[in-house]
Amino acid sequence: MSVKAETGASAQPDLGVPSLRMAHWRLVYRHVVANRRGWIVFATGFLEPIFYLLSIGVGVAVLVGALPLPNGDLVSYQEFVAPAMLAAAAMNGALMEVTFNCVFRMRYSKLYDSILATPMRPWDVARGEVTWALLRGGLYSAAFIIVMVVLGLGRTGWTWLALPAALLIGYCFAGIGLFVGTLMRGWQDFDLVQIVILPLFLFSGTFYPLSAYPDWLAAVVTWTPLAQGVHLTRALTTGSPDLSTLVNVVYLLLLGSVGMFLASRRVTKVLQP
Amino acid sequence: MLDQTSSQIPQPAEAAEVLIHARGLSKTHGSVQAVRGIDLDVLRGESFGFLGPNGAGKSSTMKMISCTSPPSGGTLRILGHDPVEYGSAIRAHLGVCPQEDSLDTEITVEENLTVYARYFGIGRKAAKVKADELLDFVHLGDKRKVKVEALSGGMKRRLTIARSLINDPDILLLDEPTTGLDPQARHVLWDRLYRLRQLGVTLVLTTHYMDEAEQLCDRLVVMDNGVFVAEGSPRQLIERHATREVAELRFPPGDHRAVAERLSDLCERVEVLPDRLLLYVDRGEETLRAVSDRGVHPVGSLVRRASLEDVFLHLTGRSLVE
Repeated sequence: MSVKAETGASAQPDLGVPSLRMAHWRLVYRHVVANRRGWIVFATGFLEPIFYLLSIGVGVAVLVGALPLPNGDLVSYQEFVAPAMLAAAAMNGALMEVTFNCVFRMRYSKLYDSILATPMRPWDVARGEVTWALLRGGLYSAAFIIVMVVLGLGRTGWTWLALPAALLIGYCFAGIGLFVGTLMRGWQDFDLVQIVILPLFLFSGTFYPLSAYPDWLAAVVTWTPLAQGVHLTRALTTGSPDLSTLVNVVYLLLLGSVGMFLASRRVTKVLQP
Repeated sequence: MLDQTSSQIPQPAEAAEVLIHARGLSKTHGSVQAVRGIDLDVLRGESFGFLGPNGAGKSSTMKMISCTSPPSGGTLRILGHDPVEYGSAIRAHLGVCPQEDSLDTEITVEENLTVYARYFGIGRKAAKVKADELLDFVHLGDKRKVKVEALSGGMKRRLTIARSLINDPDILLLDEPTTGLDPQARHVLWDRLYRLRQLGVTLVLTTHYMDEAEQLCDRLVVMDNGVFVAEGSPRQLIERHATREVAELRFPPGDHRAVAERLSDLCERVEVLPDRLLLYVDRGEETLRAVSDRGVHPVGSLVRRASLEDVFLHLTGRSLVE
């Protein structure tokens, strides 16, 4: 081709190094701006688990009576179920927020395309989405824990640590949800998500102890993510944490991080082919 | 209609900065080879165009240049650096105006700019000042508090251009900037792009509109099937691949090859289309008289200046816009 310049001799601009250390907060900022006028949606997310708690506390608990903890202590049914509701709400909130929005922003609104044309990287987007889900979920969880304490369902000071525990559960499911969202082809796949969420919600030791299962089944269910989360929050609000709660923490951290990592890889593959 | 000013803009000096450098650049999507080894240098201050039909490989090339799609083969340097290794740092210096509007529909016009500025790490106050300036530039100052959905197609495109300027980019990449806009909106947009060009912003654009390429580009490549089939200024391309004028003879739809045969000695070249013949000549009116003298009477005829459309037709045997 004719009109060419010699490249070797020309001076090149210094690119500089953009700082991306806290770049995920830029996406969080975007979400704050976008949700400034949408506080009503926040209210519903916080009321749902409280409705559950009240319905079970007023109605079901009277019929059930006390239940044994893994360490042998007896607790009322409300005390048994409340931490599980907290964990399940943290799961639901994170999962729905992240999968729904991820599909919308990746496949329909093209938000991620426009963000990835800037210095932002897929990893920053993944971190931003998870951070936002945690901020939002954290508000709900905090409100729920306050209600628990007011109702006298927190046994000791450990109860307040259920907030970081709920965040951790949110982190785990936000990470997984983000990855699942990148795999989805469209809205029809949300039914599949529901098919997974509902059994998790019902069978993870939420409404009855895992000791109700045969040993082999209990051993399997123990290692599902919501069962890990429920075990953690229940240990904290009933004041009986032990070494196994540390296992819960590591499990949730690891699974969430793996999900985020896989999600950012998928975003790269789908949006930057 | 040729853009007379394009010849007055001085050609970039010998040692000018090379902002985009490609050698043997290719892109494969699965089994489809979208770009098949192109060589390219774009200098600072240039206004460079990729002209070609849909599917020619323009958008694939643009995505590689905008560091959002890694090359499959060959060398690519943007601002002197490898886009795979330094994508993030390079993108900090690029403005990208994609083919599909990707504005943030959940926030207002002004927030689209201030939020986007944050992605570049621009502080909130500086972003506000810059947003004001850019909204004025694209004539959207009175729409700042409006949600994006309420904007017309032309306004959305102008806002996208404003957004792509938020970081004072070294290179502004525009993929089909006026596709889908009505003529008036196109002219407003061209006016703004022309202003940017005067301000010395390096523009790289793709288009399948000849008039757009003639209006906006100092230099362009004609792209077809993943390769460059010609390169030069709009004027050079016309001089090289067409004649000064074109005599168009309109006929009822049908096969006009026999007529073309009878007239072929009157012109340098003749193109046969289903509804007309294009005779490439230097003096069209004289040719029309000669045609008439031969007893050929088309239903209509006209003489016009040769355009890039003719260049493309000559180079590829196809029309650009079907």
